Amino acid sequence: MCLGIPGHVVSLESAGGLRMGKVSFGGVVREACLEYVPEAVPGDYVIVHAGFAISCVDEKEAARTYQLLEEMGQLAELDETAAEPELGQGDRPSDKPR
Amino acid sequence: MKYLDEYRDAELAQGLLEQIRRERKRPWVLMEVCGGQTHSIVKFGIDNLLPKEIELVHGPGCPVCVTPLELIDKAHAIASRPEVIFCSFGDMLRVPGSECDLLTVKSRGADVRVVYSPLECLKIARKHPDRQVVFFAIGFETTAPANAMLVWRAKQDGLENVSVLVSHVLVPPALEAILDSPWNRVQGFLGPGHVCAIMGYQEYEEICARFHVPIVITGFEPVDLLEGVLMAVRQLEEGRAEVENQYVRAVTRAGNIAARKIVSSVFRVCARKWRGVGPIPHSGYRLREEFEAFDAERRFEVGTIVTQESPVCISGEVLRGVKKPHDCLAFGIECTPAHPLGATMVSSEGACAAYFQYGRYQKVGVGE
Repeated sequence: MCLGIPGHVVSLESAGGLRMGKVSFGGVVREACLEYVPEAVPGDYVIVHAGFAISCVDEKEAARTYQLLEEMGQLAELDETAAEPELGQGDRPSDKPR
Repeated sequence: MKYLDEYRDAELAQGLLEQIRRERKRPWVLMEVCGGQTHSIVKFGIDNLLPKEIELVHGPGCPVCVTPLELIDKAHAIASRPEVIFCSFGDMLRVPGSECDLLTVKSRGADVRVVYSPLECLKIARKHPDRQVVFFAIGFETTAPANAMLVWRAKQDGLENVSVLVSHVLVPPALEAILDSPWNRVQGFLGPGHVCAIMGYQEYEEICARFHVPIVITGFEPVDLLEGVLMAVRQLEEGRAEVENQYVRAVTRAGNIAARKIVSSVFRVCARKWRGVGPIPHSGYRLREEFEAFDAERRFEVGTIVTQESPVCISGEVLRGVKKPHDCLAFGIECTPAHPLGATMVSSEGACAAYFQYGRYQKVGVGE
């Protein structure tokens, strides 16, 4: 029910006094209400639920999370090959506060 | 697809699993709050990939499941009226009431329509000024801004033939009810990502402090869920109990200010009954006085409805994380998605329906 799908804003328009727009979900374009993401412009990624964009995807945060996770995967591999010495707490990128 | 496929990456998932195995020292019970997370966990088999000492129990976060039977019966009574066009999200159509489901009501001649966005009701109301358009406004905080906007616009545009049958529920009071229970087993939560995209997570900080339980606001893809588990396990092992945000790409501490503003102008907090759980104080929304003219329960006199739930169904205990779907004698035999007996089987996001759909007919040793 709380399904939210990420898609990118293709165009903006105003309809019935509401900020609306076309959003593309991997090529499938649907209309969505953009009232709750006043900062969103074409090209931005938004999460759409029940025809409303509920959140603008923070691309920087998304890229950073992904990078941290990837690095952690590599570290895990490193750990396996060179078991010692163990990385201390805080040395792993994923330990850093976010 | 961007922001979807990356978070289904098998190598990343393996790396996270490895990290969880390394950091876990003791057994822990975690609950994922949202039905969307439950569905994802069972679909991708994440609970079976985790070390067997980490148990995931499934939370009450499916609004379709917890909509009380009497409200569904009320929806059927309203939908059956000749002047009514009854609009609903698709999820509610197959949910059985005492006698039948909305699809059956439709097959008997009622005008029942599925909408993707509540705003579609405005168009329908303008097109049919001689009919009454009623929307079944169910959902958690995630859906509240969409439903609130329908009521807000209907009032602004003077559309008097629009009304809503409200069944809105709120997550934090449900978590408190779970933690307050003497049978509680949950030691940490994967918090509901999209609910928090709207509401932020300040309310969850109070729960953390009061019950000393870690809450990690988590997304819905396998990599999100595994990272959420890792962050929760790390807190438990270190003896911390904080709100942490795994789903940083979509959630901020303050939430969506514009959405919260409309929600609080249209709705006010009230007590709500949860199917399978019972009444929980301050756990739902109803329309504010200024918008009561749009309340379908006031507009259409339905009278008192008395309902009876199945005596064999254990959905209440499943929703509170005390039992698993297999613990029920009726699961998969008497109770299936086509003929559900109770809350957790009625929607694909219910724990029982997810177990049934993905072939979890029998209890297997987790982590094997």
